[in-house]
Amino acid sequence: MQTKRVTFSHRWLPYLLIAPQLAITIVFFIWPAGEALYQSVLQQGAFGLTTQFVGLENFRDLFSDPDYLHSFTITIVFAVSTTAAAMISALLFAGMADYVMRANAFYRTTLIAPYAVAPAIAGVLWWFLFNPSIGIIAYVLHQLGYNWNHLVNGGQALLLVIIAAAWKQISYNFIFFLAGMQAIPRSLIEAAAIDGSGPMKRFFTIVFPLLAPTTFFLLVVNIVYSFFETFAIIDATTQGGPGDATEILVYKVWHDAFIALDLGGSAAQSVVLMAIVIGLTVIQFRYIERRVEY
Amino acid sequence: MIENRPVFTFFAHAVLLVGLAIVIFPIYLAFVASTQDSSTFLGGVVPLLPSSHMLETYGRILGSGFGSIPVWRMIANSMVMALGIAIGKIAISIISAFAIVYFRFPFRTLAFWLIFITLMLPVEVRILPTYSVAAGLDLLNTYQGLILPVIASATATFLFRQFFMTIPDELLEAALLDRASPMQFFKDIMLPLSRTNIAALFVILFIYGWNQYLWPLIITTDQNMTTIVVGIKQMVNVADGDPQWQLVMGTAILAMVPPVLVVLFFQRWFIKGLTEPEK
Amino acid sequence: MIKTLLAGAVLLSTTATSAFAATDITWWHAMGGELGDKVNEIAKNFNDSQDQYHVTPVYKGTYPETMTAAIAAFRAGKQPDIVQVYEVGTATMMAAEGAIKPVYKLMQDSGVDFDPSDYLQAVTGYYTDTDGHMLSLPFNSSTPILYYNKDEFDKAGIDGAPKTWQDVADDSKKVMENSDASCGFTTGWQSWVQLETFSAWHNVPFGTKQNGFGGLDTKFVFNGDLQKRHISDMAKWAKSGVFKYGGRQGDARPLFYSGECSMYMGSSASRASILANTKAKVGFAELPYYDDVKGAPQNTIIGGASLWVLSGKSDEEYKGVATFFKYLSSPEVQADWHQFTGYLPITTAAYELSKKQGYYEKNPGAEVAIQQMTKNPPTENSKGIRFGNFAQTRDIINGELEQVWSGNKSAEAALDDAVDKGNTILRKFEKAHQ
Repeated sequence: MQTKRVTFSHRWLPYLLIAPQLAITIVFFIWPAGEALYQSVLQQGAFGLTTQFVGLENFRDLFSDPDYLHSFTITIVFAVSTTAAAMISALLFAGMADYVMRANAFYRTTLIAPYAVAPAIAGVLWWFLFNPSIGIIAYVLHQLGYNWNHLVNGGQALLLVIIAAAWKQISYNFIFFLAGMQAIPRSLIEAAAIDGSGPMKRFFTIVFPLLAPTTFFLLVVNIVYSFFETFAIIDATTQGGPGDATEILVYKVWHDAFIALDLGGSAAQSVVLMAIVIGLTVIQFRYIERRVEY
Repeated sequence: MIENRPVFTFFAHAVLLVGLAIVIFPIYLAFVASTQDSSTFLGGVVPLLPSSHMLETYGRILGSGFGSIPVWRMIANSMVMALGIAIGKIAISIISAFAIVYFRFPFRTLAFWLIFITLMLPVEVRILPTYSVAAGLDLLNTYQGLILPVIASATATFLFRQFFMTIPDELLEAALLDRASPMQFFKDIMLPLSRTNIAALFVILFIYGWNQYLWPLIITTDQNMTTIVVGIKQMVNVADGDPQWQLVMGTAILAMVPPVLVVLFFQRWFIKGLTEPEK
Repeated sequence: MIKTLLAGAVLLSTTATSAFAATDITWWHAMGGELGDKVNEIAKNFNDSQDQYHVTPVYKGTYPETMTAAIAAFRAGKQPDIVQVYEVGTATMMAAEGAIKPVYKLMQDSGVDFDPSDYLQAVTGYYTDTDGHMLSLPFNSSTPILYYNKDEFDKAGIDGAPKTWQDVADDSKKVMENSDASCGFTTGWQSWVQLETFSAWHNVPFGTKQNGFGGLDTKFVFNGDLQKRHISDMAKWAKSGVFKYGGRQGDARPLFYSGECSMYMGSSASRASILANTKAKVGFAELPYYDDVKGAPQNTIIGGASLWVLSGKSDEEYKGVATFFKYLSSPEVQADWHQFTGYLPITTAAYELSKKQGYYEKNPGAEVAIQQMTKNPPTENSKGIRFGNFAQTRDIINGELEQVWSGNKSAEAALDDAVDKGNTILRKFEKAHQ
């Protein structure tokens, strides 16, 4: 992790500043999450009345299941596509909105609106839009001679959940990209404009490099989002199907914990999932952050 | 605008409008759905234009409402929760990011990673132990219980950390020369500089809090604490049948109004120039 | 003197509580929409009918959410008295012996008179142990039936509903040729309708040990010859367009509403929704069967949810719960609930009362479900099913069947794989409950 060249020195102030966050984190996250993870070496009835210590058996079961290994591949395709789609489109919109200024407020408000749609409703909307029998998009595609039926076509189902997951995240990325752009001193841009560089060139030579810290933040957040927060979208649209075409890792974690109440099996999956993402994050901090200019 | 380039400006507007149309289309569809009667909606291809049932739907939602408490009460509950989450999270995050970036102290890296891993493992997966912690602290059926566990997440701290790292070291050097105390520096320099980021975060966190569903559902048993999103979901949850989609969609559209107002309110904070440091 | 005063005060205060403050009974349920309003109404009527107990219904989300909430609360010692649990959660509740108070025991202990023979065996059987003890009180139960589009059937010149699967195939071709329908039939909840109920309806086992009623060491056997035959028939029909797959739960209903598919097999409780959303005239019939199978049609099984009583409450509260269950089972309340919601009545008296009130004459099709349920006394194969973590197995079945519908896998291979994976889940559940 990078640090500042110069820092304050104070004996107790930093601890005081960090205390509230740390306290809440430990009480409401680390402790419960630790308990949840301890479950991974147990097989326990849902009510907690019967408990068997099983060691690594839950993990062995997991890795001997070919479907589970298959779901790794799907998760990677899903996470990379979702992150790329959500970040690139948001960056494009933010760049344009930052440039035009006029009607800026209008664009901003409308582009943030999808984020305000209750998640419970968002899933339903995608279900309606792509429903092979009543969905308007399925209908239009059909008129164009393309047969849309994500209920039996796995590729289409995966595309559907990627679109739905990215859609929700565009607003999020947009607002932070825009905030980042607006924080860039105007004088820098003006100077470049006077030197004769056009908007595109300015974007790639000044704006984008200065956005690197924001981009890095969003990259981490988006990857975490697509790995962890997308089960509700899957549940509302495809429920992992058809077959296991959209059964990403977190959907199975959520389903096994919450619907099936197989706490041990689900906890083992959580451990694996967290290990992957912590690994990914460390790599990002090690290699990508080094290239980020602060 | 920096300079006058009509073609590029036109292009920019075109890109924005197309993007906007795509992004907003599902919401438009929700609006259309709220103006239909429910059987039109399920009995054929979903229509694209609003129909005449609009007043009927919205009149019914605002008039008789649904569920066991009035709609305004649900909105008020959501408001308390969303504000609590947004303000609480920004407050604790900005000071902890300040500590992490501007101080060197033992266990700093450990603290950072402890906070950072809370990005992972969604509440749904750790719901049983989290509930037992909340129950142990006597937080069931309270607003604190609604808010505190949701605040435990690292996104905001991470964002501020990223932003503070970009602030030129010269500012701190100057402050140190002036013998400014850390808190003075924080108040006079860091807070004003963070305006856009605070605004962006506030908008995001407010909406995030507004849209919380599972946690409020699990830890409250008092109907008076029902939030609007729980209310909407309750209308959708019709076993073996179909919900009154027009009412669901209408309520969903109405539930978007407060978040949109928040966005509008924070627009001013986004205006360029305000964020520039004193020269 | 002081002692007597104190004793008097204690006596006063205890009589005061029992006379003035009603004992509070909490009831967590998963009924949203209009059903939720009805639940509130039932509780209110009960509260108004006496002043000893006060039932407070609390909406706790979908079935899985309600169940998780109750489990979380139980683990923290804050459980409600009554919780509504869907049928796939039955095995989990049953296996949690220390967490529940079986209904038969509740009734016994609290001295409220209770005669199990008042109840419809076909409904309560699902929630009864092998000794005939009722463990939970069925609340909202339904069974799959066949809905058909009468207008399209008329156009195709078909008289009446199909009886056998051969009829379904023949009628499908006719409607596809002669009406606007582009598919013959679709189905909701494929595992429940086309495998679980299908097995019961043909009196073949779905799992060993009386479909899991006999113990946790049960194994799945739904890869038998008949199930394989049926799924490969459906695969053929999926290929020729006779059958169109519409999604895992009730998502297929719009296919029927719009007239795209002429028949729909799904929950009998969807009757009101189907009538409200379908423009064409709707007919109702029993599920089709293979007429060369001995013993078919047997009887169908239920789905839905039942009310479980949780342990750790006072005798006074249990007495209240028992009184409330008694009220809930009374013919008037049951008949009203049955007629309003379309769920099955749980007592014979409520069924008879509905008949007497002329409900079935006024509402054609509403009786099909009950007739189908009670066609024959339930056998070991048709009482119901009880498997641990069955939600996971249903998901596996869904995945495997979808592979069949899309033509990627044969029915035989899919069912064999589903049984294998399902058995792994059963062994794990067994181990967790030792």
